[in-house]
Amino acid sequence: MTALALERVTKAYGPRTVIHETSLEVAAGERVALIGPSGCGKSTLLRMILGLVLPDTGIVRVGETEVNEETSRAVRRRVGYVIQDGGLFPHLTAEENVTLVARLRDDADPASMRARVRELAALVRLPEGLLSRHPLALSGGERQRVGLMRALMLDPELLLLDEPLGALDPIVRARLQEDLRDAFGKLGKSVLVVTHDMAEAAYLADAIVVMRDGALLQRGTMKELSTSPAHPFVAEFLGAQRTLAEALE
Amino acid sequence: MKRAACVVALALLAIAGWALTSSASASDAKPMRVGSKRFVESYVLAEMVTQLVRQQGVAAQHDQGLGGTAVVFRALEDGSIDVYPEYTGTIAETVVKSGASDLPALRAALAPRGLALSESLGFENTYALAVSRAVATRLGLTKISDLVAHPELRVALSNEFVGRRDGWPGLVERYGLRFPSPKAIDHALAYEAISRGETDVVDVYTTDAKIARFDLVVLADDLHFFPPYEAVLVYRADLPRRVPGFARVLDRMHGAIDASAMQRMNARADLDGVPFARVAEDFLAGAGASTRPSARVGLLAGTLEVVRRHGPRHLMLVVVSLAMSILVGLPLGILAYSRRRIGVAVLGIAGVVQTIPSLALFCFFIPLLGIGPVPALAALFLYGLLPIIRNTYAGLVSIPADLREAAVAIGLSPMERLRHVELPLASRTILAGIKTSAVVAVGSATIAAFIGAGGFGEPISTGLSLNDVTTILEGAIPSAAMALLVEASFLLIERFVVPQGLQHAR
Repeated sequence: MTALALERVTKAYGPRTVIHETSLEVAAGERVALIGPSGCGKSTLLRMILGLVLPDTGIVRVGETEVNEETSRAVRRRVGYVIQDGGLFPHLTAEENVTLVARLRDDADPASMRARVRELAALVRLPEGLLSRHPLALSGGERQRVGLMRALMLDPELLLLDEPLGALDPIVRARLQEDLRDAFGKLGKSVLVVTHDMAEAAYLADAIVVMRDGALLQRGTMKELSTSPAHPFVAEFLGAQRTLAEALE
Repeated sequence: MKRAACVVALALLAIAGWALTSSASASDAKPMRVGSKRFVESYVLAEMVTQLVRQQGVAAQHDQGLGGTAVVFRALEDGSIDVYPEYTGTIAETVVKSGASDLPALRAALAPRGLALSESLGFENTYALAVSRAVATRLGLTKISDLVAHPELRVALSNEFVGRRDGWPGLVERYGLRFPSPKAIDHALAYEAISRGETDVVDVYTTDAKIARFDLVVLADDLHFFPPYEAVLVYRADLPRRVPGFARVLDRMHGAIDASAMQRMNARADLDGVPFARVAEDFLAGAGASTRPSARVGLLAGTLEVVRRHGPRHLMLVVVSLAMSILVGLPLGILAYSRRRIGVAVLGIAGVVQTIPSLALFCFFIPLLGIGPVPALAALFLYGLLPIIRNTYAGLVSIPADLREAAVAIGLSPMERLRHVELPLASRTILAGIKTSAVVAVGSATIAAFIGAGGFGEPISTGLSLNDVTTILEGAIPSAAMALLVEASFLLIERFVVPQGLQHAR
């Protein structure tokens, strides 16, 4: 069963083509990292899945549903979306941010929502005392944990993360990477995470997809990519990610 | 937070309701309405008519200082007022627009409009030009044609005189005057200007008490340019039928006042600060010659009295017009945000409205809505729109793109986004716009008095026409205080309306 399928999608803004006929599949329970340099089109691809950008040609499917103008809003409620710095609304508390969509549902039940929030706080390791704070009174890492809670609130079938840890300092980042991996492992959800950090991709995902100039170059495990790069750029991109050992020389 | 907003809204509604009922109760009885133009003599004559009508046992109301001829005459034509004092020359030139200014000719011209003219009240008040005695002596000026040789003299004229055909333009033509374009100035201020040497030539009325006080020399109209300005009453032709005692009032006023009596009354009201009602009352009682000034109440007591009498009406004008501006401006601002092309047009139109001088906008509504609070509300409503539309639009547009997209991405509908994300995020800016509108409304509402809407502008307009600073202050102080109160109350409202998470930001 596939959780997500992009079938030969293209996208151009005027004369500039940002996605060249691209296909990508994420199986149920699979974790995939999309990696590439800035401006390679990886965020556009992610936004296409939510119907925030509609492809010029090709088909996007989430589960069985084809994403288009009519279905996109329903799809968004089945997909968890986390962006850099959490994308939290500053006028709402952490908890209100997490429950915003759930509260608007007709069958909203305060008691079960409350229980769900506690469960998620434990999962992402956010102290419950922080739930009543507004985003500006939270640290970057805490905001990111709240953003993840919001994405998970409605128990989505697919989780999309767009550079989720890009704005964090190394220590917070390392801790969150661990916590993210733990959470992914416990939930068993399908995940597509966009990053430009190869180590992070290897740590969080089963498969890595390397992208450049709006096209996918290779899909494989970290090991496959480093031992048999399908394209010179893949080797170059891997080589550009300096290890600590190299930096010490 | 939602409950707090509801409480604030209910409180505003309650204030509006109270202000409306307390100011509307006065007009329930539908009294006969007497109008006046914005100068002392008109006030006094109108007050006299009002009192005579009341002596006939008929309720009468004096709508003081509605404006210039155009405004007051229009108010008479549309039935907002029933009668007002006027001059034959003015009717001939500005209303009938014919050369003939004798009573039968004017009556014939007014009859098709459903209006009638009284007999002469007994005196003439014609236009004249005057210069200070010093200038007259130095240049040997005695008549208007002497001015031809002195184009260097500075001329300041009342607004109305500048534009009238029987005023400055006609005068320039008849005498061949060669002045550069004259300065227009409020009539009451012209005397101050000439006594301080800021201008040399002004227009005056021949019954004006200030001619003697400021020691001006009236220049003879040697080419007989000015038509006769016989004082009369213009009234709605059906008035004698509707108000049985009115015929007796006309009788009583016929030839009752001679020029020197009028000049004395003007002096009492204008120079001694005796209230118009008192001046009129004394004259009708035969005590017109007494010039003992009445004891004036202090500024504080006067101001408190103004607050008591005009406060509810002023508050009503502000609250009701602001409520309408919010009800219309907020949706328009949202529309401008969601449909950018419409937005440009909406903001453009609202911007143009804002550039119309307030008095002009008020007068624009008179033919449509008559005089009184209704056209004032319409004008104040339009003035209040732009800040609200603009700030609503600006507040929404300034929401960071990533937050806007996050709201879409988590699956909120456009309405849900607006209500739960966009409006709360823009609330501080929107509220600032509403506050601007409220403060502007408090100020603009003072100008509404010029079209008979009442409020704190009433003592201001009266004080202006009397050149009486105390009376002006009695209206200006409470309106300034109200503006400050509005500012302060918005600090409080902000605490309820702006979400807590945004209050310490920025």
